[in-house]
Amino acid sequence: MVNYAYQPPGYSAATSATMSAFLRTIILCLIAAAAMASREFAVVRFESIIHEFDPWFNFRATRVLAKDGFYEFWNWFDPTAWYPLGRVVGGTLYPGLMVTSGLIWKALHTLSIPVDIREVCVQLAPLFSGLTAFATYLFAREVGNGASKEATGLWAALFIGIAPGYISRSVAGSYDNEAIAIFILMSTFYLWLKAVKTGSVAWGGVTALFYFYMVAAWGGYAFITNMLPLHVFVLLCMGRYTSRLYVAYSSFYAIGTLASMQVPFVGFLPLLTSEHMSSLGVFGLLQIVAFVQLVRSHIPAKQFKVLLRAALAVGALLAFGALWFMTKSGKIAPWTGRFYSLWDTGYARIHLPLVSSVSEHQPTAWPSFYFDLQFLVYLFPAGVYICFRELRDEHVFVIIYSVLASYFAGVMVRLMLTLTPVVCVSGAVAISSIFETYLDPVVPEPPTPVGAIVADTPISDAEALSTPSSKKGKKAASSGTSSPTPRKKRSFVPGIFGLDSRVAPLLAFTMMAGLFVLHCTWVTSTAYSSPSVVLASRNQDGSQNIIDDFREAYYWLRQNTKEDAKIMSWWDYGYQIAGFADRTTLVDNNTWNNTHIAMVGKTMSVSEEVAYPILRQHDVDYVLVIFGGLLGFSGDDINKFLWMVRISEGIWPEEVSEQKYFTSRGEYKVDGDATETMKNSLMYKMSYYRFAELYGGGPAQDRVRQQIIPNTPIQLDTLEEAFTSENWIVRIYAVKKEDPLGRDHKSANAFANGKRKKRVKTAGKKKRSSA
Amino acid sequence: NAGFFSSLNGLWSSYLDTTPKNLKLLDSLQLFLMLTGIAQFVYCLTITNYPFNAFLGGFSATVGQFVLTASLRSQVNPANKEVFPTISPERAFADFVFGSLILHFFVYNYLG
Repeated sequence: MVNYAYQPPGYSAATSATMSAFLRTIILCLIAAAAMASREFAVVRFESIIHEFDPWFNFRATRVLAKDGFYEFWNWFDPTAWYPLGRVVGGTLYPGLMVTSGLIWKALHTLSIPVDIREVCVQLAPLFSGLTAFATYLFAREVGNGASKEATGLWAALFIGIAPGYISRSVAGSYDNEAIAIFILMSTFYLWLKAVKTGSVAWGGVTALFYFYMVAAWGGYAFITNMLPLHVFVLLCMGRYTSRLYVAYSSFYAIGTLASMQVPFVGFLPLLTSEHMSSLGVFGLLQIVAFVQLVRSHIPAKQFKVLLRAALAVGALLAFGALWFMTKSGKIAPWTGRFYSLWDTGYARIHLPLVSSVSEHQPTAWPSFYFDLQFLVYLFPAGVYICFRELRDEHVFVIIYSVLASYFAGVMVRLMLTLTPVVCVSGAVAISSIFETYLDPVVPEPPTPVGAIVADTPISDAEALSTPSSKKGKKAASSGTSSPTPRKKRSFVPGIFGLDSRVAPLLAFTMMAGLFVLHCTWVTSTAYSSPSVVLASRNQDGSQNIIDDFREAYYWLRQNTKEDAKIMSWWDYGYQIAGFADRTTLVDNNTWNNTHIAMVGKTMSVSEEVAYPILRQHDVDYVLVIFGGLLGFSGDDINKFLWMVRISEGIWPEEVSEQKYFTSRGEYKVDGDATETMKNSLMYKMSYYRFAELYGGGPAQDRVRQQIIPNTPIQLDTLEEAFTSENWIVRIYAVKKEDPLGRDHKSANAFANGKRKKRVKTAGKKKRSSA
Repeated sequence: NAGFFSSLNGLWSSYLDTTPKNLKLLDSLQLFLMLTGIAQFVYCLTITNYPFNAFLGGFSATVGQFVLTASLRSQVNPANKEVFPTISPERAFADFVFGSLILHFFVYNYLG
């Protein structure tokens, strides 16, 4: 007779199966709804627009797709980006995101729901986060142990639905590749686990199809390309080769690699770069292992040994020799800088200022782990530990994924995104095993005289609850395997006896899960739901004050400049100018041409006389700078200025030198102590032009740098102020044409201002004599 | 040496004796695919790799078809019955057809 701490509900097996299926559906729908709803803060508070910088390009490309059709999009050459060069867009982007939202838009229109393409783009990320929750449910269900499979899946779906680490990249309006990539990542991993478990070509083929979708959607596909072979390799090393593994990986690799090469941006890379070599190597290794297994089944062990030794020696020699030769001779490209900087963390700072100038490429600090994952951070190792204890094939996968993703998330802030799913899954493994243990109503049997310890094997499926006899059988089996306790006399039985010892941990963990929900909502609401296009501040009475300078300036450009005007700005604003203002830019956020960016950086950091010829050579009509000194907007161009200097110094070290922008004491200053180079730089002049006038003779306080700007008026000869937004955040300058009388701008300006100095005359004479 | 060659001989005779006919048929298909692949590779190395995508399309068609056939072979092999508990020979064949169709779709798309 089994003792119960509380009476389990006495439903029949069929009833409880129906009920749990019903509850599962309801819970999944609610989780998806919660995931979508918690991403709408920005849309509800502000308006339904695209945030950030990169999404503006994606949005523009999607508009082309929706307006002109797929083939136009595929062959789109954009002459308005990277001005003199242009950009072959079709071959330099991952088209998955645009095609996905284009298809959704098309489907909605076919159903006579005429939705604007912008709404589709804004709401794509919330929609796909709901799907991510479902994919994670499927994935975690494969990982979960025995009876708590479904529970693990549901917990994981709940966690990924609201975890801030994922929300940060997928709020409504964040129309970026990551919005759909995590869904595809989890689906691919789920399908892969399915393929490994069943050993069926169909699952392997579908995995390859989703891998293809992933390659088309996100540059992070390299993570899958290396995760799956690593899983296979570790399984091989553990001696867990089966034919199932061969079928799963071979069919995935053969179809997936060929499929990935169809994306023009990827092209031949899967054959030529080091990132993809591990998958090729494991493919080859797997063929050899399979062949050896086949041979082994045909001949006796002794003869097999002879053959194996010969084959192994030749095979290993050939493979390593080929790889070494290919890498050395340059047939296979070495690691690209962006990937290499993940291993050698000091590499980017020294060699690639452009990569390390991006704020999300910095190492992650401890608080941000807690901030993004809350109590999952400490459930995560527990879940990995539980995976170690059971260690089925899929647990090996989760363990590898945890280790790799933890490392990468520690190196780079933005890779927190790939860590979040596995943290959710193994957190779900941990918490579902806790709930399983403490919800189990069965009280351990009284100690037997032999003193064999009754291990605590909690199984609390609805089915197990309703049929205690099967439970008893399991318990007996497990107590047989457990070792007898050394202290036989006390006959100590580990287990949970009373109702109180069940209720206490359950209450504690329920409360922590509740706190998790509160934390996630709070983080999402305060930290991750602000559109960067409009800046919001609060007045003292709590009312909201919206600063909309960016759009003010972009719309000025759109309406008051010629349609083919060229705008020069730092690359951060390239996509937004193209998206909002619909004008030609010189550089943008797709940083494919370092030299061109360095040219813009040089123009910004040298003096007017040097900059003007460059501006004219590139047909620049307007120069746009972001200035936050009046309002205290810290992400302005003066704060980014040092990166411009560094990037251009890499190309023209004799013309631009970072040292010259620091004071003699090594400080970066903009007040009276600023160096001459700093004061004469185009960026300084454009930012602080007429700034002191605002204060009418009083001290002109720069509210970002907390320094006083000197009162001496700044003279701009070759540029004239065309537009300054309400709060002086965006300042636009028109580049003057050459002087009609052939004078240089400085003297022409001096003449216009009535300063009849000798210099003017001599300049004029020189001109005459030379002519 | 003698041990090596006698083992090879043993392998060959054991293969001929114990392998069912349908598996031998699959093996001859695999042999054919392997020869085709080698021929393409040699052509690429010795003469030209100029339309590189065409070479890759053709070569990966043979490689892909080879591993799909190998998968089918191990799935229908009666010796592997307990390794693939959920896959009957008919299901294995349907999987094979499905995988080959996807593969050839991508191959034709890639030949350009």
